[in-house]
Amino acid sequence: MASDSLNWFRFSSPATFYPLAGKMIPWFGWSAALLAAIGVYVGLFVAPTDFQQGEAYRIIFIHVPAAWMSMFLYVVMACWSAVALGFNTRLSAMMAQAIAPTGAVMTFIALWTGAFWGRATWATYWAWNARMTSELILLFLYLGVIALRHAIDDPRRADRACGVLTLVGVVNIPIIYFSVHWWNSLHQGATVSLTKAPKMAAIMLTGMLIMSFAAWFYAIAVSLARARTIMIDRERGTSWVSAVAGAAR
Amino acid sequence: MIEFLAMNGYGFYIWSAYGVTAIVLMLELSALRSRRRAVLEEARLTVPEDALDATGAAQ
Amino acid sequence: MAAATLPSPTTGSVWPAVQWAVRRDLKLAFRSRAELGVQLLFYVIVVSLFPLSTSPERNLLATLGPGVLWVAALLSSLLSLPRLFAGDHADGTLEQIALSPYPLEALVSGKILAHWLTTGLPVALLAPLLGLQYAMDGESLAVLTAALLVGTPVLSLLGAIGAALTLGLRASGSLLALLILPLYVPVLIFGAGAVDAVRAGLGATANLSLLGAGLLIALVGAPFAAAAAVRIALD
Repeated sequence: MASDSLNWFRFSSPATFYPLAGKMIPWFGWSAALLAAIGVYVGLFVAPTDFQQGEAYRIIFIHVPAAWMSMFLYVVMACWSAVALGFNTRLSAMMAQAIAPTGAVMTFIALWTGAFWGRATWATYWAWNARMTSELILLFLYLGVIALRHAIDDPRRADRACGVLTLVGVVNIPIIYFSVHWWNSLHQGATVSLTKAPKMAAIMLTGMLIMSFAAWFYAIAVSLARARTIMIDRERGTSWVSAVAGAAR
Repeated sequence: MIEFLAMNGYGFYIWSAYGVTAIVLMLELSALRSRRRAVLEEARLTVPEDALDATGAAQ
Repeated sequence: MAAATLPSPTTGSVWPAVQWAVRRDLKLAFRSRAELGVQLLFYVIVVSLFPLSTSPERNLLATLGPGVLWVAALLSSLLSLPRLFAGDHADGTLEQIALSPYPLEALVSGKILAHWLTTGLPVALLAPLLGLQYAMDGESLAVLTAALLVGTPVLSLLGAIGAALTLGLRASGSLLALLILPLYVPVLIFGAGAVDAVRAGLGATANLSLLGAGLLIALVGAPFAAAAAVRIALD
């Protein structure tokens, strides 16, 4: 039926996606807060002291989810950029634009917490090994996309230019992911793999997974909220935006 | 409580890590909130398109 | 202004377009020989500054040498990239090129090749001479030159993407550096790493192979990305 086949694209315009996103944000936001509370409780109180690293390992409950998110968000941003370039849609480009700052924040948190974990455990804040270097490169890639966005006045040219830049930089993600296998150095070897049994106690793994979901839902909520702000900014002057702006007083 | 904060000597590292994370996330949320307010204010000052006639003049 | 016009496509090959672009850009570059000379001189001066600022102790210099020579090569590349598209963009030639019957990717490839011939290749050939200032032995110098010969084309290829993305923007030079340097870092790591590996007795094969793989990927991908970026800038 015609209405069924059109349904899929019903939310592909900013005017219809705006209210949908508005309904989604509280769900993801509060879930993130709840999961984070549980995860931090598990990480700081429930999980036992590590045999080798003492209490310092508790930083992984933030470091690992943040690092995973930093890579995952870049891939998501690249997907939205690919859709925006391929289908020339505004909303996909706005989603890519919305994700970049949150991705940069996650990368910064991963680097900061990683530095303190490194100092506590291996007595060094920083080492130029493959994973830490490529995570730092990832931060610069995010900042570069954000800088390019600000440098271009025309929003549509900015959408396409940032899309190309994002896709060129996506090569870095597999490098970060596999760098731990390719170079044996200071960074802790990957302890969580899909096939092999994890080498850490189950409760630690649970804590990390809870925090990962918390980070993921937080990122979704914040990205949707930023996307709504971007929509209002870029669609200024249209009747739906004026209605929303008037109602939000 | 003191033992908990001290974290067996690792307190500085753990709380620096958790603390800065919390601060950065709160900064992100407040930056988002103020950006939203600014954008909504701009939108209110912009004349909506259906209030303009064919030549672009306000009705 | 532009040289002779593009030959019209008769066979299915894009090679005439590449040749035309290379020849034209080389001709234009040689008309401003002084500019090329200045960029090369910049490389020489930067490389020569470091031994003056640090201790002349031979071991320290030999350790620093590969990194300094590579970083200077990166900086020289960044200096010369804006002229890749900016000149043609300013006088409207770039739009003519984009409208030609040949694929833009082929013409862009030609421009990148000309850029490398006037920037990366001289840097790679000068490096062994400059490396002597850093007390580097023959084997290190040979590996350094090989690494630069493989790596500098990658710098031109990736740099072209950045130059196209930042065409006509304010502060395009610094923005170009911010966008491109993160992509340059792996080239720097493996390029300098090759020489470090040889000094440590491990052999440079791994690093050089990774550089080579990077070059192959860049050869295939960069012209498409750069051409897309040029079209975006021209719209």
